[in-house]
Amino acid sequence: MKILVAVKRVVDYAVKIRVKPDKTGVDTQNVKMSMNPFCEIALEEALRIKEAGFAKEVVAVSIGPSQCVDTLRTGLAMGADRGIHVETNSSFLPLTIAKILKSLAEFENPGLIFLGKQAIDDDCNQTGQMVAALLGWPQATFASKVVLDKDKHVATVDREVDGGLETLCVDLPAVITTDLRLNQPRYASLPNIMKAKSKPIKKMTVQDLKVDVKSDIEILQVTEPPQRKSGVMVSSVDELIDKLRNEAHVV
Amino acid sequence: MQRFFAARSILGNAVKTRRSSFSSLSSSLLFDDTQLQFKESVSKFAQDVIAPHAERTDKTNSFPKDVNLWKQMGEFNLHGITAPEEYGGLGLGYLYHCIAMEEISRASGSVALSYGAHSNLCINQLVRNGTTAQKQKYLPKLISGEHVGALAMSEPNAGSDVVSMKCKADKVDGGYIINGNKMWCTNGPSAETLIVYAKTDTKAGSKGITAFIIEKGMDGFSTAQKLDKLGMRGSDTCELVFENCFVPEENILDKEGKGVYVLMSGLDLERLVLAAGPLGIMQACLDTVLPYIRQREQFGRPIGELQFIQGKVADMYTALQSSRSYVYSVARDCDNGNIDPKDCAGTILCAAERATQVALQAIQCLGGNGYINEYATGRLLRDAKLYEIGAGTSEIRRIVIGRGLFKEQ
Repeated sequence: MKILVAVKRVVDYAVKIRVKPDKTGVDTQNVKMSMNPFCEIALEEALRIKEAGFAKEVVAVSIGPSQCVDTLRTGLAMGADRGIHVETNSSFLPLTIAKILKSLAEFENPGLIFLGKQAIDDDCNQTGQMVAALLGWPQATFASKVVLDKDKHVATVDREVDGGLETLCVDLPAVITTDLRLNQPRYASLPNIMKAKSKPIKKMTVQDLKVDVKSDIEILQVTEPPQRKSGVMVSSVDELIDKLRNEAHVV
Repeated sequence: MQRFFAARSILGNAVKTRRSSFSSLSSSLLFDDTQLQFKESVSKFAQDVIAPHAERTDKTNSFPKDVNLWKQMGEFNLHGITAPEEYGGLGLGYLYHCIAMEEISRASGSVALSYGAHSNLCINQLVRNGTTAQKQKYLPKLISGEHVGALAMSEPNAGSDVVSMKCKADKVDGGYIINGNKMWCTNGPSAETLIVYAKTDTKAGSKGITAFIIEKGMDGFSTAQKLDKLGMRGSDTCELVFENCFVPEENILDKEGKGVYVLMSGLDLERLVLAAGPLGIMQACLDTVLPYIRQREQFGRPIGELQFIQGKVADMYTALQSSRSYVYSVARDCDNGNIDPKDCAGTILCAAERATQVALQAIQCLGGNGYINEYATGRLLRDAKLYEIGAGTSEIRRIVIGRGLFKEQ
């Protein structure tokens, strides 16, 4: 079985981001970029499944500018067997990414597609779900535990949901998105970094995959959230109730 | 925009603060892509696994006991960077070793010093001078981290004048009997494998020195009290005591009487790899100072806007960058087979003296807070100072360079 893992190059989680003055987005000039933490967890899970003998190959895929190759190299250094770079300078929204991944899945025929539950730059939490829907495959999102049954061709996944933990059983092939507590991703050790140098990264374009990248969504502006104002001291309970009803409109 | 933190960052604020300042401070000009990847990877590993123990290691003056850092570093293939692959090493060079040393030092000066003594002073000396049998016997466990390595040359009365050492090795049937003391032995308390220099011929001066491989548990070999040091606390250091300790013939490293060559040539590479230690400390100083000056306000604005502070961090930054360039250039030369004792001594002379000054300035930037032990700056200064002394004092290094220049045609 082959596992496809989508990894996204995002602003490193520890960076203090700033919005560009023209409000078109976040300033990414000279800012440290890394693999999305949830994608690292996704890749780690795929590697563990391969090491347990359930899969033969782990393929990492990244969609974006030329620097995505660095992200893929990190993935290869962690242990992925090969990488696919869909090169584009446009910034695609989840539906377009999902269409690209669908096209790749039809090309590669994986038994599992792993993604992070969301990217820490846009927090969309949509791509995995959309990929599953486009492919007509079952999905198990927010996975905190994944157990494969090779003979029955199913995966039993514990999902972290608001009410607690939900356990699903999905037929393979399936899409799984990973949550924080699924695993602790490994560090890329030096021997693996060295080995990764000779692992292939295939370059593809959206034209190769015959994907229509037109988007129905346009980002109008990106602004910082309003500064938190200090609280107001009220003199009596009546004044509090008055404010709650007439100003905040919550009672 | 919400930020979701990966599991690793839950380790605590101290770790997060450190990682948040890792940006373009590491010169990408010095390293190729693979080396940069390695630097980043070791940095993450060191910050996650080693840095959380730094403060407590210093406070308690003992190497972390609740985690097995030796084993974890071994699993991360950090010990045998310069050792052959057949013994579990990576067969890479001093450049990679320096990268690892710098990043570990950035996380904890004490752990890095112990790591340096283990991986370079012990392991690398075995690699360079050991017989196949010796390498097969000792290297695998040292490289995996199961065993800890150390090296001992200095004595209570023989520091800079190391050749005047009094520790004697008398020839007997099948081996030697060693009597004497060694001082300031890093990792001495816990080491299983130690390289010890002793005089097999007390009348032959430097040509009477022989290097021996000592094993913990050998009859007549014991360790005395752990030293209470100013800095590098937790990098367990002690005195070694030899009382009629029998060492078999096959434990001689290289040949009888050739110890001084093993010692001196080893010192060159020791100085190079350890030079990466002060680099890590200087980086740790910047890691602490930069967020602080952006946050701390006086006179209605961040102190980082004040010229004096900007001057100080500029000096700290350039001291680090220039030292770094020197160290890694020399490392590259050594990897290519050009080992110049003057430059090896030069790198650590330069980096160490600058690190002490950078640490002093770091304390100054933090002002009153810099004087409080809750902040790392005090420890960074105390740790930095060691590098002006160990592996040949700054004075000895100057003699090596000056004398070398004088002798050149």
